[in-house]
Amino acid sequence: MYAASDLRKNLRVKIDNEPYVITEFNFVKPGKGQALYRCKLKNMISGAQFERTFRSVDVFEPADLQEKKMQFLYEQDDKYCFMDNESYEQVLMTADQVGDARNYLIENIEAEVLLFEDRPLGVSLPNFVDVVVTKADPWAKGDSVSGNTKPVTVETGYVLQVPPFIEEGEKIRVDTRTGEYLTRVKD
Amino acid sequence: MSIPGPESILPGSRTDAQKFIMDGVWSLAKKKRVLRLRAKILQELRNFFIAGGYLEIETPCLIPAPAPEFHIDTMICQDWFLHPSPELCMKRLLAAGYDKIFQICRCFRQHERGARHLPEFTMLEWYRRDADYRDLMEECEDLILHLAAALGYGAALSYQGQVIRLQKPWERITVQGAFEKYAALSVEEALSGDCFDEVLTARVEPDLGREQPTFLCDYPLALGSLARAKKEDASLVERFELYIAGMEIANAFTELTDAKEQRRRFVKEEDNRRRAGKPPYPVPELFLASLGSLEESAGIALGLDRLVMIFADALHIDDVVAFPPETL
Repeated sequence: MYAASDLRKNLRVKIDNEPYVITEFNFVKPGKGQALYRCKLKNMISGAQFERTFRSVDVFEPADLQEKKMQFLYEQDDKYCFMDNESYEQVLMTADQVGDARNYLIENIEAEVLLFEDRPLGVSLPNFVDVVVTKADPWAKGDSVSGNTKPVTVETGYVLQVPPFIEEGEKIRVDTRTGEYLTRVKD
Repeated sequence: MSIPGPESILPGSRTDAQKFIMDGVWSLAKKKRVLRLRAKILQELRNFFIAGGYLEIETPCLIPAPAPEFHIDTMICQDWFLHPSPELCMKRLLAAGYDKIFQICRCFRQHERGARHLPEFTMLEWYRRDADYRDLMEECEDLILHLAAALGYGAALSYQGQVIRLQKPWERITVQGAFEKYAALSVEEALSGDCFDEVLTARVEPDLGREQPTFLCDYPLALGSLARAKKEDASLVERFELYIAGMEIANAFTELTDAKEQRRRFVKEEDNRRRAGKPPYPVPELFLASLGSLEESAGIALGLDRLVMIFADALHIDDVVAFPPETL
């Protein structure tokens, strides 16, 4: 259990059976008054945020969160299916839970899935993922010196800006933190 | 962690331990300007009080019996207590005929840590015979004006983009008036709803001392452990807090001189403390005995670190001390 005096930014606590992360934390206390712990909390399932002030007598249960290595299997009807590499159990996640990671979910990619009491909350991918370009306009000669970019579509359906010489069928490396093109990859 | 010698503090690649040490050196070095300002403020405070006929005194940090206050947790040290304020010893001196005294000392309060709180902080306290809390309001005005002039600030301060005029008289507003004006709530409603501190800190304090410093005065009896009741209204005590830019700077009382009444309030606070499972305090008997010879007087405690924050335009208390505890 945590006491109110243990509260700090980024601490994860369980309230009404749901996991919350403290996104802002302030200690306030009138000289002769009681200690107050003013927090902003974010529900890690719904994303809903709220502000609440706690007193020193308040106690908190830690939120039991786990990260598990899982493999992405497939997407169907906006549900994303992952499999635990050890137990072979499968979990389904919504597009909201997967977030931007869906842009890089190629088949069999390994991801860290964040779980709260076996319910998936989110997914994190390696910083760099190699994907195949499935649609690209032809290279207009002369463009390479102008510094221009062009949009291409990759196998996950994600559209991003790349240098003009990238062609359909080529493999490129993308930074999953920024969503940006990094380099061409030779097989 | 191995500590590298100074010869290894050279440009180039660094281990994490070396970077940690260099960061410590850097953060101390960049505080030079504010620590000079702090030293100047200390000097000018002394000049102000000495010129006003005050005697600077020192009382022990380690005491056998602090004043029981429900919301102030002391630190226990070898069966005694590190004082949360020098109040009791200073009043014993006052009662013994020291008419005007001041002290600048370290005080200790457990669990108090935040942007405006350090568990070990510096307090300025001063006490005056034949005075009440109104006299201390005027003395606060003169003190801050003296500092502003001596430090070259003129008649206004700028704190976090707000300009605070210092011309006296400053605003005086009662607790009741401030609750009604800023929180649309009466003090009675806040007390009976058990949300006085929440409303005060979230909805009242941020608006106090915005354009000029503000004295928040006349607290309900329940919130004035060592203050005298008002003659005109016994449900209130003669207590004020000074606010500058929404920040509580000082707390003052017309001192309670009735030993019986003081003992009754102490017993009540101590009961509440023990019921909440807090460590027991002995009764400060020598202090209570001294009240018999205490004439009408007034006293005030001012948080020096916060005063420096105002003059240094610092947002965080860590910015105005050399060593916040986490850096030791």
